[in-house]
Amino acid sequence: MNLVVCMKQVPDTAARVAIGGDGRSLDPEGVTFVVNPYDEIALEEALRIREKLGEGEVAVVTMGPEKGSAALRSCLAMGADRGIHLQDAAFQGSDSLGTARILAAAIARKPFDLILLGKQGVGTDNSQTGPMLAELLDLPHVNVVVKLEIMGKSLKAFRQIEGALEVIEAPLPAVVTAQKGLNEPRYAGLKGIMAAKKKPVEVLCLRDLGLPADEVGEKGALVRWTQLELPASRSSGKILQGEPEEAVEELVRLLREEAKVI
Amino acid sequence: MAEVTVFVEQRSGQVKRAALEVVAQGRGLADAWGGSLEAILIGTDLDDAAAKVLPLGPDHVTLLEHPVLSDYSVEGFTQALSGYVARTNSLALLLPATAMGMDLAPRVAARLRVGLASDCISISSGPDRTMEAVRPVFSGKAMATVRFSSARPVMATLRPNVFPPGEPVANPAGKITKKTPELDETKIRARLTGIEKDQSGEIDVKEADIVVSGGRAMMNSENFGIIRDLAAALGGAVGASRAAVDAGFIAHQHQVGQTGKVVAPKLYIACGISGAIQHLAGMSSSKVIVAINKDGEAPIFKIATYGIVGDLFRIVPLLTEKILKLKAE
Repeated sequence: MNLVVCMKQVPDTAARVAIGGDGRSLDPEGVTFVVNPYDEIALEEALRIREKLGEGEVAVVTMGPEKGSAALRSCLAMGADRGIHLQDAAFQGSDSLGTARILAAAIARKPFDLILLGKQGVGTDNSQTGPMLAELLDLPHVNVVVKLEIMGKSLKAFRQIEGALEVIEAPLPAVVTAQKGLNEPRYAGLKGIMAAKKKPVEVLCLRDLGLPADEVGEKGALVRWTQLELPASRSSGKILQGEPEEAVEELVRLLREEAKVI
Repeated sequence: MAEVTVFVEQRSGQVKRAALEVVAQGRGLADAWGGSLEAILIGTDLDDAAAKVLPLGPDHVTLLEHPVLSDYSVEGFTQALSGYVARTNSLALLLPATAMGMDLAPRVAARLRVGLASDCISISSGPDRTMEAVRPVFSGKAMATVRFSSARPVMATLRPNVFPPGEPVANPAGKITKKTPELDETKIRARLTGIEKDQSGEIDVKEADIVVSGGRAMMNSENFGIIRDLAAALGGAVGASRAAVDAGFIAHQHQVGQTGKVVAPKLYIACGISGAIQHLAGMSSSKVIVAINKDGEAPIFKIATYGIVGDLFRIVPLLTEKILKLKAE
Protein backbone atom coordinates (compact mmCIF):
# COMPACT_ATOMS: atom_id res chain seq x y z
CA MET A 1 0.00 0.00 0.00
CA ASN A 2 1.32 3.42 -0.96
CA LEU A 3 0.56 5.97 1.72
CA VAL A 4 1.15 9.67 1.28
CA VAL A 5 1.17 12.11 4.18
CA CYS A 6 1.01 15.86 3.55
CA MET A 7 2.86 17.85 6.15
CA LYS A 8 3.03 21.55 6.92
CA GLN A 9 5.54 23.30 9.09
CA VAL A 10 3.71 25.62 11.50
CA PRO A 11 4.50 27.95 14.41
CA ASP A 12 4.61 26.11 17.73
CA THR A 13 1.20 26.30 19.41
CA ALA A 14 2.78 27.78 22.54
CA ALA A 15 4.26 30.65 20.52
CA ARG A 16 3.25 34.20 21.24
CA VAL A 17 2.04 35.93 18.11
CA ALA A 18 3.56 39.22 16.96
CA ILE A 19 2.66 40.99 13.74
CA GLY A 20 5.33 41.33 11.05
CA GLY A 21 6.55 44.62 9.58
CA ASP A 22 4.22 44.31 6.56
CA GLY A 23 1.20 44.36 8.87
CA ARG A 24 -0.28 41.26 7.29
CA SER A 25 1.86 38.33 8.35
CA LEU A 26 3.33 36.68 11.42
CA ASP A 27 6.63 38.04 12.68
CA PRO A 28 8.74 34.86 12.62
CA GLU A 29 11.28 36.33 15.07
CA GLY A 30 11.70 33.98 18.00
CA VAL A 31 8.99 31.59 16.78
CA THR A 32 9.81 27.88 16.76
CA PHE A 33 8.41 26.01 13.79
CA VAL A 34 7.22 22.44 14.22
CA VAL A 35 5.40 19.71 12.31
CA ASN A 36 1.71 20.62 12.31
CA PRO A 37 0.31 18.57 15.23
CA TYR A 38 -2.60 17.27 13.14
CA ASP A 39 -0.22 16.19 10.37
CA GLU A 40 1.79 14.34 12.99
CA ILE A 41 -1.37 12.38 13.83
CA ALA A 42 -1.88 11.70 10.09
CA LEU A 43 1.69 10.41 9.83
CA GLU A 44 1.30 8.20 12.90
CA GLU A 45 -1.82 6.68 11.34
CA ALA A 46 0.03 6.00 8.07
CA LEU A 47 2.86 4.31 9.97
CA ARG A 48 0.38 2.15 11.90
CA ILE A 49 -1.38 1.12 8.67
CA ARG A 50 1.97 0.14 7.14
CA GLU A 51 2.93 -1.79 10.26
CA LYS A 52 -0.42 -3.56 10.44
CA LEU A 53 -0.33 -4.59 6.79
CA GLY A 54 3.34 -5.57 7.05
CA GLU A 55 4.01 -3.88 3.73
CA GLY A 56 3.82 -0.58 1.99
CA GLU A 57 5.56 2.74 1.83
CA VAL A 58 4.95 6.02 3.62
CA ALA A 59 5.97 9.13 1.70
CA VAL A 60 5.80 12.56 3.32
CA VAL A 61 5.29 15.56 1.09
CA THR A 62 5.71 19.14 2.23
CA MET A 63 5.61 22.48 0.48
CA GLY A 64 7.71 25.35 1.72
CA PRO A 65 11.11 26.95 1.89
CA GLU A 66 14.39 25.19 2.60
CA LYS A 67 14.00 25.57 6.37
CA GLY A 68 11.13 23.10 6.21
CA SER A 69 13.61 20.30 5.63
CA ALA A 70 14.12 19.92 9.40
CA ALA A 71 10.42 19.14 9.84
CA LEU A 72 10.63 16.68 6.95
CA ARG A 73 13.59 14.96 8.64
CA SER A 74 11.65 14.63 11.86
CA CYS A 75 8.88 12.85 9.93
CA LEU A 76 11.47 10.49 8.45
CA ALA A 77 12.81 9.96 11.98
CA MET A 78 9.31 8.98 13.13
CA GLY A 79 9.39 6.26 10.47
CA ALA A 80 8.35 7.63 7.07
CA ASP A 81 10.26 6.02 4.19
CA ARG A 82 10.89 9.00 1.96
CA GLY A 83 10.31 12.71 1.67
CA ILE A 84 9.26 15.05 -1.10
CA HIS A 85 10.05 18.71 -0.59
CA LEU A 86 8.23 21.11 -2.89
CA GLN A 87 10.38 24.21 -3.00
CA ASP A 88 10.03 27.17 -5.28
CA ALA A 89 9.88 30.92 -4.78
CA ALA A 90 6.79 30.82 -7.01
CA PHE A 91 4.94 28.81 -4.31
CA GLN A 92 5.19 31.63 -1.79
CA GLY A 93 1.89 33.21 -0.83
CA SER A 94 -0.19 30.28 -2.06
CA ASP A 95 -3.69 30.09 -0.63
CA SER A 96 -5.28 26.74 0.23
CA LEU A 97 -6.33 26.03 -3.34
CA GLY A 98 -2.86 26.89 -4.65
CA THR A 99 -1.31 24.63 -2.01
CA ALA A 100 -3.71 21.83 -2.90
CA ARG A 101 -2.80 22.24 -6.60
CA ILE A 102 0.90 21.95 -5.83
CA LEU A 103 0.43 18.94 -3.55
CA ALA A 104 -1.93 17.27 -6.04
CA ALA A 105 0.56 17.67 -8.89
CA ALA A 106 3.36 16.18 -6.77
CA ILE A 107 1.29 13.28 -5.46
CA ALA A 108 -0.17 12.39 -8.87
CA ARG A 109 3.30 11.58 -10.22
CA LYS A 110 3.16 8.11 -8.66
CA PRO A 111 0.34 5.66 -7.87
CA PHE A 112 -0.99 5.87 -4.31
CA ASP A 113 -3.77 4.32 -2.23
CA LEU A 114 -4.36 6.72 0.62
CA ILE A 115 -3.51 10.35 1.36
CA LEU A 116 -3.52 11.43 4.98
CA LEU A 117 -3.14 14.94 6.36
CA GLY A 118 -4.22 16.99 9.34
CA LYS A 119 -7.75 18.37 9.46
CA GLN A 120 -6.20 21.83 9.63
CA GLY A 121 -2.85 23.55 9.60
CA VAL A 122 -2.39 25.14 12.97
CA GLY A 123 -1.94 28.89 12.52
CA THR A 124 -3.68 29.69 9.27
CA ASP A 125 -6.50 27.43 10.49
CA ASN A 126 -8.21 27.26 7.09
CA SER A 127 -9.20 23.57 7.22
CA GLN A 128 -9.41 23.59 3.43
CA THR A 129 -6.45 21.76 1.93
CA GLY A 130 -7.67 18.17 2.50
CA PRO A 131 -11.06 18.46 0.80
CA MET A 132 -9.56 20.65 -1.96
CA LEU A 133 -6.84 18.08 -2.61
CA ALA A 134 -9.51 15.36 -2.89
CA GLU A 135 -11.52 17.51 -5.28
CA LEU A 136 -8.53 18.25 -7.53
CA LEU A 137 -7.51 14.58 -7.63
CA ASP A 138 -11.15 13.50 -8.11
CA LEU A 139 -11.12 11.35 -4.98
CA PRO A 140 -13.54 10.74 -2.13
CA HIS A 141 -12.54 12.21 1.21
CA VAL A 142 -13.45 11.86 4.85
CA ASN A 143 -12.76 14.89 7.02
CA VAL A 144 -12.02 15.19 10.78
CA VAL A 145 -11.48 11.49 11.39
CA VAL A 146 -11.01 10.04 14.88
CA LYS A 147 -10.96 6.34 13.95
CA LEU A 148 -9.88 4.67 10.72
CA GLU A 149 -10.03 1.09 9.47
CA ILE A 150 -8.59 -0.11 6.18
CA MET A 151 -10.52 -3.02 4.70
CA GLY A 152 -8.80 -4.25 1.55
CA LYS A 153 -9.62 -1.77 -1.16
CA SER A 154 -11.82 0.46 0.95
CA LEU A 155 -11.85 2.34 4.22
CA LYS A 156 -14.20 2.88 7.09
CA ALA A 157 -13.77 6.17 8.91
CA PHE A 158 -15.41 7.71 11.95
CA ARG A 159 -15.81 11.41 11.43
CA GLN A 160 -16.50 13.86 14.25
CA ILE A 161 -19.58 16.05 13.90
CA GLU A 162 -21.57 17.94 16.54
CA GLY A 163 -22.50 15.46 19.26
CA ALA A 164 -21.98 12.35 17.12
CA LEU A 165 -19.66 10.38 14.88
CA GLU A 166 -20.54 9.76 11.26
CA VAL A 167 -19.46 6.35 10.03
CA ILE A 168 -18.36 6.70 6.43
CA GLU A 169 -17.17 4.08 3.98
CA ALA A 170 -15.26 4.92 0.84
CA PRO A 171 -13.28 3.09 -1.82
CA LEU A 172 -9.52 3.65 -2.09
CA PRO A 173 -7.76 5.74 -3.19
CA ALA A 174 -9.10 8.41 -0.88
CA VAL A 175 -8.12 11.40 1.25
CA VAL A 176 -8.52 11.30 5.03
CA THR A 177 -7.96 14.25 7.37
CA ALA A 178 -6.87 13.50 10.92
CA GLN A 179 -8.40 14.89 14.10
CA LYS A 180 -6.97 14.66 17.59
CA GLY A 181 -8.02 11.37 19.17
CA LEU A 182 -7.19 9.26 16.10
CA ASN A 183 -3.97 8.12 17.79
CA GLU A 184 -1.10 9.29 19.96
CA PRO A 185 1.90 10.06 17.73
CA ARG A 186 5.12 8.31 18.68
CA TYR A 187 8.37 10.02 19.50
CA ALA A 188 11.28 9.54 17.14
CA GLY A 189 13.97 7.51 18.88
CA LEU A 190 17.70 7.95 18.43
CA LYS A 191 17.68 5.03 16.00
CA GLY A 192 14.99 6.72 13.94
CA ILE A 193 16.88 9.99 13.93
CA MET A 194 20.04 8.23 12.71
CA ALA A 195 18.12 6.27 10.05
CA ALA A 196 16.40 9.44 8.82
CA LYS A 197 19.71 10.85 7.66
CA LYS A 198 20.00 8.13 5.03
CA LYS A 199 16.43 8.29 3.75
CA PRO A 200 15.82 9.86 0.34
CA VAL A 201 14.35 13.36 0.02
CA GLU A 202 13.33 14.48 -3.43
CA VAL A 203 13.25 18.25 -4.05
CA LEU A 204 10.83 19.41 -6.72
CA CYS A 205 10.16 22.87 -8.15
CA LEU A 206 7.36 24.43 -10.17
CA ARG A 207 8.80 23.23 -13.48
CA ASP A 208 9.07 19.63 -12.24
CA LEU A 209 5.36 19.70 -11.46
CA GLY A 210 4.36 21.23 -14.79
CA LEU A 211 2.01 23.72 -13.17
CA PRO A 212 1.25 27.12 -14.69
CA ALA A 213 2.90 29.82 -12.55
CA ASP A 214 -0.27 31.90 -12.40
CA GLU A 215 -2.21 29.13 -10.62
CA VAL A 216 0.02 29.06 -7.56
CA GLY A 217 1.67 31.44 -5.13
CA GLU A 218 0.57 34.98 -4.50
CA LYS A 219 -0.35 35.38 -8.20
CA GLY A 220 -2.80 32.51 -8.19
CA ALA A 221 -4.26 33.23 -4.76
CA LEU A 222 -8.02 33.74 -4.63
CA VAL A 223 -7.89 34.91 -1.04
CA ARG A 224 -5.20 36.83 0.76
CA TRP A 225 -4.65 38.45 4.11
CA THR A 226 -4.56 42.21 3.78
CA GLN A 227 -4.16 42.87 7.47
CA LEU A 228 -3.20 40.95 10.57
CA GLU A 229 -3.99 42.39 13.97
CA LEU A 230 -3.82 41.31 17.55
CA PRO A 231 -7.30 40.89 18.97
CA ALA A 232 -8.63 43.65 21.17
CA SER A 233 -7.35 42.68 24.58
CA ARG A 234 -9.99 42.06 27.17
CA SER A 235 -9.65 44.23 30.19
CA SER A 236 -9.50 42.19 33.35
CA GLY A 237 -12.68 42.39 35.29
CA LYS A 238 -13.74 42.25 38.90
CA ILE A 239 -12.17 39.99 41.46
CA LEU A 240 -14.91 39.15 43.91
CA GLN A 241 -13.71 39.37 47.49
CA GLY A 242 -14.84 37.83 50.71
CA GLU A 243 -15.61 34.37 51.99
CA PRO A 244 -16.53 31.77 49.34
CA GLU A 245 -20.26 32.07 50.24
CA GLU A 246 -20.20 35.84 49.78
CA ALA A 247 -18.14 35.71 46.58
CA VAL A 248 -20.46 33.11 45.04
CA GLU A 249 -23.53 35.11 46.07
CA GLU A 250 -22.07 38.21 44.42
CA LEU A 251 -21.06 36.24 41.31
CA VAL A 252 -24.56 34.90 40.78
CA ARG A 253 -26.01 38.39 41.27
CA LEU A 254 -23.60 39.86 38.69
CA LEU A 255 -24.25 37.08 36.19
CA ARG A 256 -27.99 37.68 36.51
CA GLU A 257 -28.24 41.42 36.85
CA GLU A 258 -25.14 42.89 35.22
CA ALA A 259 -24.12 40.38 32.55
CA LYS A 260 -27.61 38.91 32.17
CA VAL A 261 -26.31 35.52 31.06
CA ILE A 262 -28.13 33.23 33.50
CA MET B 1 -31.33 35.39 -9.59
CA ALA B 2 -29.92 36.45 -6.32
CA GLU B 3 -26.68 38.28 -5.61
CA VAL B 4 -26.18 36.51 -2.29
CA THR B 5 -26.61 32.78 -1.74
CA VAL B 6 -26.68 31.05 1.62
CA PHE B 7 -26.50 27.32 2.23
CA VAL B 8 -28.92 26.36 5.00
CA GLU B 9 -27.73 23.30 6.85
CA GLN B 10 -30.43 20.87 7.90
CA ARG B 11 -30.32 17.33 9.18
CA SER B 12 -33.61 15.38 9.14
CA GLY B 13 -35.52 18.63 8.70
CA GLN B 14 -33.90 20.26 11.73
CA VAL B 15 -32.36 23.67 11.06
CA LYS B 16 -29.68 24.72 13.48
CA ARG B 17 -29.28 28.17 14.93
CA ALA B 18 -25.92 28.42 13.14
CA ALA B 19 -27.73 28.06 9.80
CA LEU B 20 -30.18 30.84 10.67
CA GLU B 21 -27.30 33.10 11.67
CA VAL B 22 -25.93 32.65 8.15
CA VAL B 23 -29.29 33.52 6.60
CA ALA B 24 -29.39 36.73 8.65
CA GLN B 25 -25.85 37.69 7.57
CA GLY B 26 -26.76 36.91 3.97
CA ARG B 27 -29.79 39.19 4.26
CA GLY B 28 -27.57 41.98 5.58
CA LEU B 29 -25.03 41.57 2.78
CA ALA B 30 -27.74 41.46 0.10
CA ASP B 31 -29.29 44.64 1.52
CA ALA B 32 -25.91 46.38 1.57
CA TRP B 33 -25.45 45.50 -2.08
CA GLY B 34 -29.01 46.42 -2.99
CA GLY B 35 -29.50 42.85 -4.14
CA SER B 36 -31.55 39.81 -3.33
CA LEU B 37 -30.95 36.74 -1.16
CA GLU B 38 -31.41 33.11 -2.06
CA ALA B 39 -31.38 30.36 0.56
CA ILE B 40 -30.54 26.86 -0.63
CA LEU B 41 -31.47 23.68 1.20
CA ILE B 42 -30.31 20.24 0.09
CA GLY B 43 -31.86 16.89 1.02
CA THR B 44 -35.30 15.34 0.97
CA ASP B 45 -38.63 16.50 2.43
CA LEU B 46 -37.37 20.01 3.00
CA ASP B 47 -40.71 21.83 3.42
CA ASP B 48 -40.56 22.06 7.22
CA ALA B 49 -37.00 23.30 7.15
CA ALA B 50 -37.88 25.85 4.48
CA ALA B 51 -40.69 27.16 6.68
CA LYS B 52 -38.12 27.99 9.38
CA VAL B 53 -35.96 29.96 6.96
CA LEU B 54 -38.69 31.97 5.26
CA PRO B 55 -39.44 34.34 8.18
CA LEU B 56 -35.85 35.65 8.04
CA GLY B 57 -36.63 37.26 4.71
CA PRO B 58 -34.82 35.51 1.86
CA ASP B 59 -36.22 36.50 -1.55
CA HIS B 60 -35.92 32.95 -2.81
CA VAL B 61 -35.77 29.62 -1.03
CA THR B 62 -34.58 26.87 -3.33
CA LEU B 63 -34.95 23.26 -2.30
CA LEU B 64 -32.61 20.86 -4.09
CA GLU B 65 -34.33 17.57 -3.39
CA HIS B 66 -33.06 14.16 -4.45
CA PRO B 67 -33.50 10.76 -2.75
CA VAL B 68 -29.75 10.17 -2.87
CA LEU B 69 -29.24 13.31 -0.80
CA SER B 70 -31.37 12.25 2.18
CA ASP B 71 -28.14 11.79 4.18
CA TYR B 72 -25.34 14.29 3.95
CA SER B 73 -22.53 13.20 1.65
CA VAL B 74 -19.87 15.70 0.77
CA GLU B 75 -19.61 14.56 -2.84
CA GLY B 76 -23.38 14.56 -3.38
CA PHE B 77 -23.89 17.94 -1.74
CA THR B 78 -20.90 19.39 -3.62
CA GLN B 79 -22.44 18.36 -6.91
CA ALA B 80 -25.85 19.75 -5.99
CA LEU B 81 -24.61 23.04 -4.55
CA SER B 82 -21.84 23.88 -7.01
CA GLY B 83 -23.92 22.67 -9.95
CA TYR B 84 -26.73 25.01 -8.97
CA VAL B 85 -24.66 28.02 -7.94
CA ALA B 86 -22.50 27.85 -11.08
CA ARG B 87 -25.61 28.55 -13.15
CA THR B 88 -26.57 31.63 -11.13
CA ASN B 89 -24.87 35.01 -11.06
CA SER B 90 -24.32 34.76 -7.32
CA LEU B 91 -21.60 37.07 -6.02
CA ALA B 92 -21.26 35.55 -2.55
CA LEU B 93 -21.96 32.12 -1.08
CA LEU B 94 -22.12 31.80 2.71
CA LEU B 95 -22.21 28.62 4.80
CA PRO B 96 -22.06 27.92 8.53
CA ALA B 97 -18.66 26.89 9.91
CA THR B 98 -20.16 23.68 11.30
CA ALA B 99 -18.87 20.16 10.72
CA MET B 100 -20.97 20.05 7.55
CA GLY B 101 -20.15 23.56 6.33
CA MET B 102 -16.41 23.17 6.96
CA ASP B 103 -16.47 19.89 5.01
CA LEU B 104 -18.57 21.05 2.10
CA ALA B 105 -17.28 24.59 1.51
CA PRO B 106 -13.67 23.78 0.51
CA ARG B 107 -14.80 21.10 -1.92
CA VAL B 108 -17.31 23.49 -3.53
CA ALA B 109 -14.71 26.29 -3.63
CA ALA B 110 -12.20 24.01 -5.37
CA ARG B 111 -14.82 22.94 -7.90
CA LEU B 112 -15.93 26.50 -8.64
CA ARG B 113 -12.32 27.77 -8.50
CA VAL B 114 -13.27 30.57 -6.11
CA GLY B 115 -11.80 31.90 -2.88
CA LEU B 116 -13.00 30.76 0.54
CA ALA B 117 -12.51 32.36 3.94
CA SER B 118 -13.06 29.86 6.76
CA ASP B 119 -14.66 30.32 10.14
CA CYS B 120 -15.20 34.07 9.85
CA ILE B 121 -16.33 36.22 12.76
CA SER B 122 -17.30 39.20 10.65
CA ILE B 123 -18.14 39.94 7.03
CA SER B 124 -18.68 43.34 5.51
CA SER B 125 -19.49 44.73 2.10
CA GLY B 126 -16.95 46.81 0.26
CA PRO B 127 -17.24 49.02 -2.81
CA ASP B 128 -18.44 47.48 -6.09
CA ARG B 129 -20.20 44.63 -4.33
CA THR B 130 -17.03 43.19 -2.87
CA MET B 131 -16.85 41.43 0.46
CA GLU B 132 -14.24 41.53 3.17
CA ALA B 133 -14.04 38.97 5.95
CA VAL B 134 -12.32 38.88 9.32
CA ARG B 135 -11.28 35.54 10.74
CA PRO B 136 -9.36 34.48 13.81
CA VAL B 137 -6.00 32.89 12.96
CA PHE B 138 -3.34 31.32 15.16
CA SER B 139 -6.41 30.08 17.05
CA GLY B 140 -7.58 33.55 17.90
CA LYS B 141 -4.20 34.94 18.86
CA ALA B 142 -4.57 37.25 15.84
CA MET B 143 -7.29 38.44 13.48
CA ALA B 144 -6.76 38.37 9.72
CA THR B 145 -8.66 40.55 7.28
CA VAL B 146 -9.28 38.53 4.14
CA ARG B 147 -9.82 39.97 0.67
CA PHE B 148 -10.88 38.01 -2.37
CA SER B 149 -9.74 37.98 -5.99
CA SER B 150 -12.26 38.84 -8.69
CA ALA B 151 -13.49 35.22 -8.98
CA ARG B 152 -17.19 35.00 -8.00
CA PRO B 153 -18.97 33.96 -5.95
CA VAL B 154 -16.69 34.70 -3.03
CA MET B 155 -17.23 32.14 -0.29
CA ALA B 156 -17.13 32.25 3.49
CA THR B 157 -18.06 29.97 6.37
CA LEU B 158 -19.32 31.79 9.46
CA ARG B 159 -18.43 30.75 12.99
CA PRO B 160 -21.51 29.62 14.94
CA ASN B 161 -22.65 31.59 18.00
CA VAL B 162 -20.86 34.76 16.95
CA PHE B 163 -23.51 36.34 14.74
CA PRO B 164 -27.04 37.29 15.85
CA PRO B 165 -29.70 34.75 14.86
CA GLY B 166 -31.70 37.30 12.90
CA GLU B 167 -35.13 38.79 13.42
CA PRO B 168 -38.23 37.65 11.54
CA VAL B 169 -39.24 40.22 8.92
CA ALA B 170 -42.72 41.75 8.90
CA ASN B 171 -44.08 40.28 5.68
CA PRO B 172 -41.90 37.43 4.48
CA ALA B 173 -42.50 37.23 0.75
CA GLY B 174 -39.86 34.70 -0.26
CA LYS B 175 -40.77 32.23 -2.94
CA ILE B 176 -40.08 28.54 -2.44
CA THR B 177 -38.94 26.61 -5.51
CA LYS B 178 -38.20 22.89 -5.68
CA LYS B 179 -35.61 21.54 -8.03
CA THR B 180 -34.11 18.14 -8.69
CA PRO B 181 -30.35 18.43 -9.02
CA GLU B 182 -28.57 16.40 -11.65
CA LEU B 183 -26.21 14.00 -9.94
CA ASP B 184 -23.53 11.63 -11.12
CA GLU B 185 -24.07 8.95 -8.51
CA THR B 186 -20.86 7.13 -9.45
CA LYS B 187 -19.08 10.17 -8.05
CA ILE B 188 -20.71 9.84 -4.64
CA ARG B 189 -18.12 7.41 -3.34
CA ALA B 190 -17.81 8.25 0.35
CA ARG B 191 -21.12 7.23 1.88
CA LEU B 192 -22.63 7.44 5.31
CA THR B 193 -23.23 3.97 6.73
CA GLY B 194 -24.11 4.90 10.28
CA ILE B 195 -24.19 7.53 12.98
CA GLU B 196 -22.90 6.91 16.47
CA LYS B 197 -24.63 9.40 18.71
CA ASP B 198 -22.72 10.50 21.75
CA GLN B 199 -24.46 8.31 24.36
CA SER B 200 -23.47 10.49 27.26
CA GLY B 201 -26.27 12.90 26.42
CA GLU B 202 -23.77 15.69 26.90
CA ILE B 203 -24.00 18.93 25.00
CA ASP B 204 -21.13 19.60 22.60
CA VAL B 205 -18.98 22.54 23.80
CA LYS B 206 -19.25 24.15 20.38
CA GLU B 207 -23.02 24.15 20.52
CA ALA B 208 -23.50 25.34 24.06
CA ASP B 209 -24.46 28.81 25.28
CA ILE B 210 -22.72 28.06 28.56
CA VAL B 211 -19.49 26.10 29.00
CA VAL B 212 -18.01 25.05 32.34
CA SER B 213 -14.40 23.88 32.04
CA GLY B 214 -12.00 22.17 34.39
CA GLY B 215 -8.22 22.19 34.29
CA ARG B 216 -5.31 20.30 35.72
CA ALA B 217 -6.31 21.40 39.22
CA MET B 218 -9.24 18.97 39.05
CA MET B 219 -6.61 16.33 39.87
CA ASN B 220 -8.59 13.31 38.62
CA SER B 221 -11.58 12.28 36.55
CA GLU B 222 -13.89 11.73 39.56
CA ASN B 223 -13.45 15.34 40.61
CA PHE B 224 -14.79 16.41 37.22
CA GLY B 225 -18.15 15.44 38.73
CA ILE B 226 -18.45 18.90 40.29
CA ILE B 227 -17.82 20.49 36.87
CA ARG B 228 -20.49 18.25 35.34
CA ASP B 229 -22.91 19.17 38.14
CA LEU B 230 -22.43 22.89 37.59
CA ALA B 231 -22.76 22.47 33.81
CA ALA B 232 -25.96 20.46 34.31
CA ALA B 233 -27.38 23.07 36.67
CA LEU B 234 -26.75 25.77 34.05
CA GLY B 235 -27.84 23.64 31.11
CA GLY B 236 -24.35 23.98 29.68
CA ALA B 237 -21.56 21.82 28.32
CA VAL B 238 -18.45 20.45 30.01
CA GLY B 239 -15.12 21.69 28.70
CA ALA B 240 -11.54 21.03 29.71
CA SER B 241 -8.06 22.37 29.26
CA ARG B 242 -5.46 20.44 27.32
CA ALA B 243 -3.65 19.68 30.57
CA ALA B 244 -6.76 17.96 31.95
CA VAL B 245 -7.25 15.99 28.73
CA ASP B 246 -3.59 14.98 28.48
CA ALA B 247 -3.69 13.84 32.11
CA GLY B 248 -6.58 11.55 31.15
CA PHE B 249 -9.22 13.21 33.38
CA ILE B 250 -11.67 13.60 30.49
CA ALA B 251 -12.06 12.70 26.80
CA HIS B 252 -10.49 14.94 24.16
CA GLN B 253 -13.80 15.98 22.61
CA HIS B 254 -14.19 18.24 25.67
CA GLN B 255 -10.91 20.01 25.03
CA VAL B 256 -11.12 23.75 24.50
CA GLY B 257 -8.09 25.45 23.00
CA GLN B 258 -5.78 25.56 20.05
CA THR B 259 -5.62 21.82 19.45
CA GLY B 260 -9.14 21.35 20.76
CA LYS B 261 -12.32 23.22 20.05
CA VAL B 262 -12.69 26.95 19.68
CA VAL B 263 -15.79 28.17 21.48
CA ALA B 264 -17.57 31.48 21.95
CA PRO B 265 -20.42 30.88 24.39
CA LYS B 266 -22.21 33.66 26.21
CA LEU B 267 -20.82 32.37 29.51
CA TYR B 268 -17.55 30.50 30.02
CA ILE B 269 -16.61 29.36 33.52
CA ALA B 270 -12.97 28.29 33.88
CA CYS B 271 -12.31 26.25 37.01
CA GLY B 272 -8.75 25.50 38.01
CA ILE B 273 -7.46 26.62 34.61
CA SER B 274 -4.38 28.83 34.73
CA GLY B 275 -4.92 30.22 31.23
CA ALA B 276 -2.10 29.01 29.01
CA ILE B 277 -2.04 30.69 25.57
CA GLN B 278 -3.19 27.34 24.14
CA HIS B 279 -6.39 27.50 26.16
CA LEU B 280 -7.06 31.24 25.91
CA ALA B 281 -6.94 30.88 22.12
CA GLY B 282 -9.97 28.62 22.32
CA MET B 283 -12.25 30.64 24.56
CA SER B 284 -11.21 34.28 24.78
CA SER B 285 -14.03 35.43 22.49
CA SER B 286 -16.63 34.20 24.99
CA LYS B 287 -18.96 37.02 25.97
CA VAL B 288 -18.60 36.63 29.75
CA ILE B 289 -15.72 34.76 31.36
CA VAL B 290 -15.66 33.63 34.97
CA ALA B 291 -12.40 32.38 36.46
CA ILE B 292 -12.16 30.35 39.63
CA ASN B 293 -8.58 29.62 40.63
CA LYS B 294 -6.59 29.47 43.82
CA ASP B 295 -3.68 31.32 42.23
CA GLY B 296 -4.58 35.00 42.05
CA GLU B 297 -1.68 35.57 39.66
CA ALA B 298 -3.00 33.06 37.07
CA PRO B 299 -3.19 34.61 33.55
CA ILE B 300 -6.85 33.57 33.25
CA PHE B 301 -7.77 36.46 35.59
CA LYS B 302 -6.37 38.93 33.04
CA ILE B 303 -9.19 38.14 30.65
CA ALA B 304 -11.92 37.17 33.11
CA THR B 305 -15.01 39.33 33.49
CA TYR B 306 -15.44 38.06 37.04
CA GLY B 307 -12.94 36.18 39.12
CA ILE B 308 -12.94 34.38 42.42
CA VAL B 309 -9.58 33.55 43.97
CA GLY B 310 -10.03 30.48 46.09
CA ASP B 311 -10.50 26.73 46.39
CA LEU B 312 -12.59 25.52 43.47
CA PHE B 313 -13.61 22.41 45.41
CA ARG B 314 -15.51 24.71 47.79
CA ILE B 315 -16.59 27.39 45.35
CA VAL B 316 -17.91 25.27 42.47
CA PRO B 317 -20.35 23.20 44.58
CA LEU B 318 -21.53 26.38 46.30
CA LEU B 319 -22.18 27.93 42.91
CA THR B 320 -24.08 24.85 41.73
CA GLU B 321 -26.20 24.91 44.87
CA LYS B 322 -26.97 28.59 44.48
CA ILE B 323 -27.92 28.19 40.80
CA LEU B 324 -30.17 25.20 41.53
CA LYS B 325 -31.88 27.17 44.28
CA LEU B 326 -32.40 30.05 41.88
CA LYS B 327 -33.87 27.77 39.21
CA ALA B 328 -36.24 26.25 41.75
CA GLU B 329 -37.61 29.67 42.65
